[in-house]
Amino acid sequence: MSTSNTSSPMDQNVFDPKAAAESRERRKQVIQKSLAKRHRKEKAFRYAGLSAVVIGLAFVALLFSSILAKGLPAFWQTSMNVPIYFDPKVIDAGPVPVRTQGETPAHYQERYVDWQTKMGMVDWDGIIVNGMIAKDPALANERDYLSSLYASSEAYRLRDMVFADPSLIGKKENINFLGDANVDVWLKGNIDRSLPDDQQQLEPEVRKLADELKAKGVLENTFNLNLFKNPDSRSSPAISGLAGAFMGSLFMMLIVIIIAIPIGVASAIYLEEFAPKNIVTDIIEVNINNLAAVPSIVFGLLGAAIFIGWMHLPLSAPLVGGLVLSLMTLPTVIITTRASLKAVPPSIRQAALGLGASKFQTIFHHVLPLALPGIMTGSIIGVAHALGETAPLLLIGMSAFVASIPTTPFDQSTALPVQVYLWQGNELRNFFEGRTAAAIIVLLALMIGLNSLAIWLRKKFEVRW
Amino acid sequence: MNTIDITNSLEKDKLVNTEQSQFTDKSQNHGTSYVSHFEPQTSKKQNSTEIKISAQDAHVYYGDFEAIKGIDLDIYKNEVIAFIGPSGCGKSTFLRTINRMNDTIDGCRVTGKITLDNHNIYDPNLDVVLLRAQVGMVFQKPNPFPKTIFDNVAYGPKLHGLARDKYDLEEIVENSLRKAGLWEEVKDRLNQPGTGLSGGQQQRLCIARTIAVSPEVILMDEPCSALDPIATAKIEELISDLSEQYTIVIVTHSMQQAARVSDRTAYFHLGDLIEVNSTEKVFTQPDHQLTEAYITGRFG
Repeated sequence: MSTSNTSSPMDQNVFDPKAAAESRERRKQVIQKSLAKRHRKEKAFRYAGLSAVVIGLAFVALLFSSILAKGLPAFWQTSMNVPIYFDPKVIDAGPVPVRTQGETPAHYQERYVDWQTKMGMVDWDGIIVNGMIAKDPALANERDYLSSLYASSEAYRLRDMVFADPSLIGKKENINFLGDANVDVWLKGNIDRSLPDDQQQLEPEVRKLADELKAKGVLENTFNLNLFKNPDSRSSPAISGLAGAFMGSLFMMLIVIIIAIPIGVASAIYLEEFAPKNIVTDIIEVNINNLAAVPSIVFGLLGAAIFIGWMHLPLSAPLVGGLVLSLMTLPTVIITTRASLKAVPPSIRQAALGLGASKFQTIFHHVLPLALPGIMTGSIIGVAHALGETAPLLLIGMSAFVASIPTTPFDQSTALPVQVYLWQGNELRNFFEGRTAAAIIVLLALMIGLNSLAIWLRKKFEVRW
Repeated sequence: MNTIDITNSLEKDKLVNTEQSQFTDKSQNHGTSYVSHFEPQTSKKQNSTEIKISAQDAHVYYGDFEAIKGIDLDIYKNEVIAFIGPSGCGKSTFLRTINRMNDTIDGCRVTGKITLDNHNIYDPNLDVVLLRAQVGMVFQKPNPFPKTIFDNVAYGPKLHGLARDKYDLEEIVENSLRKAGLWEEVKDRLNQPGTGLSGGQQQRLCIARTIAVSPEVILMDEPCSALDPIATAKIEELISDLSEQYTIVIVTHSMQQAARVSDRTAYFHLGDLIEVNSTEKVFTQPDHQLTEAYITGRFG
């Protein structure tokens, strides 16, 4: 202090302990006054943030609880276990034709088709109804209504069983039959029981019968594996399942993984590490960012025009869906990969270059392994996004009703989110509401699984430095 | 300037490495000299006059900005030369031109001539990978790879195919770590990550990594600025030892450090080379007024 005595601001250089103490006190009070306000602001911000989180969580909880409440019961469905006697008297199509010596294949084929036609005309419903009466003899009086209790397709299932194994004829076997969709709706209370008869789906006798059999335990609520094993069905809603849509989605995911991830990662590495920074790469970069923001339905139009209109790939095929979703996912993969490459500390590159590693070696030995967790996370989230995408698939014919499970990516198919869309618009509303929610649960479970995988991979491969 | 040169120098190193015990003894004798003596040491060894690196009218531009404004400088074989000067004076930039690390910076341009053993290092026919194998670099912040200690040191030799087999590689790693004075501290945990070492150990690991490639020149860009005094002392001691075999160019903000480790000192100011002289002369009777102002602490 003594050295700056000469300077003008230090005129009152006489040290007054009292004044100094007062000014200290004043300063303290000023700070204290502002302190209360500052703390208030901080508290207000914290409560605002907290309430935002709580509101967000409440909505998520509401969403999940409503979906689970609607969807979980759909995993269980009305069914009955019936002892079936494959009565040779009813199944009167004769023995399976065996090809005789010297018979032409055409002739044998004819005989076999004849047999099949006869088998098709067998009264399979009668066999099931007989089985039900055998289980509960009191049902003999209600014979006319019994066939309304189980899903109409169950008769065909019985027929197909005999086709597959003709030796069943004459045997007895216990078989599970799915209840009719309307019976399921009635028993689960998904329809207003007080509605007048003309607004009910089932005749009054069938409703009564269903209630009785439920009370007796003949009709049970069992876990519905058909939901996972069967494709969609319209003629017999009770047996409709997700298998077709699931396989369609699976094929599309595989195509996205095979196409979008390698191309996306490779272009990101080139753009980030090798490409010269000039106007061309700038334009490319801007356009990639724009592509990421293009509405997905536009990619559907593009796919319809290029893959179907021009390249004549099959309609409704997971191949086309996968290609469209790959186009849609590419920008996401490129952007996240570039971001994770950028996040690798430059000191690591310098270290490698300084040792005489070439650019290629630097990137593949050091930068890429460090960026890998980020790349994988981005890719998985891109794939999960593609899994949930619906709009572009509607435009390439994947919203068609497909009653078979695709075995190759060229077969017709739907996808899980499209199945949700199709079911929620089904006219048998009170049955498919539960189905829709069940499909959403399966879709969400897959998404959560994929995202957890992303988090796990990131944690596993994360390198700390 | 071909691969045979590298292998030759590697062989040479091995010869030196066989005299390991003598080597370490010497470094221990040296041990006390780091306790800060501001007055420069007398020349430690007979300096050669063989020119290793030579810059003639070197200019470096970042876009339109001229960071180095025409520098002429000869660096002799096996000398330690320190670059000092205020921040932004271009000493690090000039250091990086010597192994072309500036190539990685967008918009950086070098004109003039810089030679290593009379070969222009900016010759378009020169392979920068070979140049960097001859001119190693140690950076300001220790930057070990997030790999094991062994892999850190083994990376360079593996990269250039310098090791004949696994045992040869192990020998190179051990010798490099010994030379960097780190062997005793890490020999039992070679398989642990290099990033788990302390800052000073990490920097010595980086030096070991650099000398594992057997370069002829080692560039050090403020190698001790992120280290505590004890770690700094160890690195400085190491520099003195390494100068027996390598030409070392060191950029430093610490004038004491320049005085302690270097044979010659070059003073940079705003992109110009103001003065280069023996360290003793620079710190006792500098030729130039700016140098004197800087070393007496009037600015910088």
